[in-house]
Amino acid sequence: MAESLLVEDLRVLVGAVEAVRGVSFELGAGSRTGLIGESGSGKTLTALALMGLLPDGLRAAGRVLYGGRDLLTLPDDELCALRGDRLAMVFQEPMSALNPVMRIGDQVAEPLMLHRRLGRRVALAEATRALMRVRIRDPEEKMRAYPHQLSGGQRQRAMIAMAMACAPAVLVADEPTTALDVTVQAGILRLLDELVEAEGTTLLLITHDLAVVASSCDRVLVMYGGKIVESGTVGQVFDRPRHPYTRALLDAIPPVDEDLPDRHLRAIPGSVPGLGRFPPGCPFRNRCPNADGKCAEMPPLAVLGDHSLACWHPVEAGI
Amino acid sequence: MTVAIATRLVALVASLVVASILVFVVVNLLPGDVATVMLGTNATPENVAALRHSLGLDQPLWLRYLQWAGGMLHGDFGTSVLSHTPVGPLILQKLTVSGPLALLAAAIALAVSVPTGVVAGVRYRRLSGAVLSALSLGGIAIPAFWAGLLLATVFAVKLRLFPAGGFIDWTEDPVAAARSLVLPAVALGLVQAAVLTRFIRSAIIDVQREDFIRTARAKGLTRWQALQRHGFRNAAIPVVTILGIQITSLLVGAIVIENVFVLPGLGRLLFQSVGNRDLIVVQDLVMLLTAVVLAVNFLVDLSYRLLDPRIRTAS
Amino acid sequence: MRRLPPALVAGAFLVGLVVLVALVSLVWTPHDPDHVIVPDRFRGVGGGEYLLGTDQFGRDELSRLMAGARNTLLVGMVTVVIAIAAGVPVGALAAFYRGPLEEVAMRASDVLLAFPAILLAMLFAAVFRPGTLTAMAAIGIAFVPVFARVVRGAGLQVMQMDYVTAARTFGSRGWWIVARHLLPNVGSVLIVQATIAFAVAILAEAALSYLGLGTPPPTASWGRMLSDSQSYLYQSPLLALWPGMAIAFSVLGFNLLGDGLRDLLDPKLVERLPAQG
Repeated sequence: MAESLLVEDLRVLVGAVEAVRGVSFELGAGSRTGLIGESGSGKTLTALALMGLLPDGLRAAGRVLYGGRDLLTLPDDELCALRGDRLAMVFQEPMSALNPVMRIGDQVAEPLMLHRRLGRRVALAEATRALMRVRIRDPEEKMRAYPHQLSGGQRQRAMIAMAMACAPAVLVADEPTTALDVTVQAGILRLLDELVEAEGTTLLLITHDLAVVASSCDRVLVMYGGKIVESGTVGQVFDRPRHPYTRALLDAIPPVDEDLPDRHLRAIPGSVPGLGRFPPGCPFRNRCPNADGKCAEMPPLAVLGDHSLACWHPVEAGI
Repeated sequence: MTVAIATRLVALVASLVVASILVFVVVNLLPGDVATVMLGTNATPENVAALRHSLGLDQPLWLRYLQWAGGMLHGDFGTSVLSHTPVGPLILQKLTVSGPLALLAAAIALAVSVPTGVVAGVRYRRLSGAVLSALSLGGIAIPAFWAGLLLATVFAVKLRLFPAGGFIDWTEDPVAAARSLVLPAVALGLVQAAVLTRFIRSAIIDVQREDFIRTARAKGLTRWQALQRHGFRNAAIPVVTILGIQITSLLVGAIVIENVFVLPGLGRLLFQSVGNRDLIVVQDLVMLLTAVVLAVNFLVDLSYRLLDPRIRTAS
Repeated sequence: MRRLPPALVAGAFLVGLVVLVALVSLVWTPHDPDHVIVPDRFRGVGGGEYLLGTDQFGRDELSRLMAGARNTLLVGMVTVVIAIAAGVPVGALAAFYRGPLEEVAMRASDVLLAFPAILLAMLFAAVFRPGTLTAMAAIGIAFVPVFARVVRGAGLQVMQMDYVTAARTFGSRGWWIVARHLLPNVGSVLIVQATIAFAVAILAEAALSYLGLGTPPPTASWGRMLSDSQSYLYQSPLLALWPGMAIAFSVLGFNLLGDGLRDLLDPKLVERLPAQG
């Protein structure tokens, strides 16, 4: 059962510094949204903030509306009742995200015991089925295994089984394939695709792999310097990028097929500044080819139908 | 796993042998021998020779070592030269004081340190956590025997709630016997608790930062549930590794504290034997305590392996 | 300028205070710490010219505390020097000449590690004469395996560094590599370990002196003062307070200093010691 999630002016404060600086977007019921950007742009913090899982010492402000309730102000017990049941998350590092001293079966069964109030025996049987759904070979045997006895891909499948155990309405997947071998990445993504499709789950997929977004998502959010600089449907943003940063990201992908023989690969000049070191105004202006004096002021988010953009000097469409 | 245990067991036996040789050599290979040392400087050569013979010191060193070590394996610890009593039963009798004292102190240490360490770890960013942490830091710096002295001043001398020293045997008055153990056990236990608290605190702080705790929270567990179901067992691993050294420290503390409260235990016996240069008893006791330390370390190593499946399931 | 760890500042302050008191006591104490004035025995705090009162022999408590600082630091230093002088070469050689020699050295150190300092000191006291020297030697020897192990651990890491491999390829001699590459790199771990060992040595010496197996009278030592005070808990309970506080503050100082140095220098391996020696 899908439900939508609305994020309004989300801010994450690391001490006095804003790492996420007023992010707003909507995850429509059953939609699949990709959140892209370089490391350090605030993607993971955004995800953790909307799950209420920020590390100690970090604070979130703004609103995250789900089912008519603001998750950021929800009492802890109510939030705990939603997490793992209606809202679930898959993490980047399946090795460290799994408890090394607990059997896989018990870890997968845990959300079922917690939210479905199943007894241990029933929950374990259900967990075995969950492992089958994520196509782990020898699920019975893997139930009794410890995380270190599984391969990286199997661990991430178990992680997905855990997250999907209660058929959540919203799934946040934070770079689910980054830590894996290239050969197993495609399989994991296909699995995520299928499960989300089958359950009608609303998906927020965080990645820096644009190809993944292009193949799995229908909408895309481009994040830089703690802000969303461009958003729209995958077609709009990838075929006609307007923000110089999105353009630069696309230019940095090596072409796989030969349909663009003349395009040459370009790295984005400079590097992502550290936390709190972004220039005032448009955060990208010190790396942007189009920047001028006007960019010292933060451009407002211009909404053109389904396509939003925060830039004074957008790239001409269609190039 | 069985291979690992067998290897450790062999290492334990080897360590025991080496330790016994070390103790034996230190006691027996020094200028003058046990007999001269015991009789003092104004002993006649005849006296020394007689004592040497009665102690078997005229036999070759290696034979004496084998007799001593072999005897201990059969429970024969030799005979105290001073009291002319066999050391084995003497040790057993002293154990009825030292054993309960050490166990009680360990129980107090655990009962205090586990909750304090967990609370200090969970609340480490708050004032209450910082206060507990500072208290434990102070506690580490306090010698157990001084803590005993202070407790005796307050609870024995001023308030007269417990005896300041001495021991009435269990068979005579079990309540009085237990009462004499309270202050020394509390002194020893509290100081040990301070050390343990710090280790537990830092293990809890570390484990809370682990990714799998965040995963547990993502499943809908509360902060406390996540710590309880996923944190404790993981936090126990680093704590268990230092337990060996903690128990060593407890034994040493017990030796000293028995002398503060004049408790007739192993520590008191060791101290008296050192003063009387009753070298056979010293040799036996040092070996026994070292064996306990080695055995405890062996057990700690095993339990560490049991706690951590990454080691347990490695073939 | 990086902010120094607060533990380092607090520890350095306490240790500095103990060192300062010990130094001052060499040239000045309010009274002669060993001078017996029987009529003045058991003066209370502020009793006439005695700031912290007098002991059972009428000796000035404050002066004896100051002189005791000297004894404490001496024992700590000698102990740590013994442990380093024996432990560092063993550890360095074990790291450099791998193989059976290393195995033997490390097994032996494992066994020696099973002898807590106080137990070894009691064994030594029974065989030799009890006294400051015996106590220092025993505590120092009990610490040797700890230093050997950290030096070996750090040494093994250094030996894998590319520049050491390079030096060996160029035919540098063993002792040269040890002196040139290994020792500078184990410096930080040694400093931290020595500071922690110092604290444990203070506790061990205090316990031994309390038992009468450490510093002999009339030399002022905190542990001995505590054991003397025990006979007079009725007359003068405060006499059981000052020396204990002196021990606790010194140990706290060295522990804090060790923690602070660890934060600052961040060495990877530091061995635990039984807290009570």
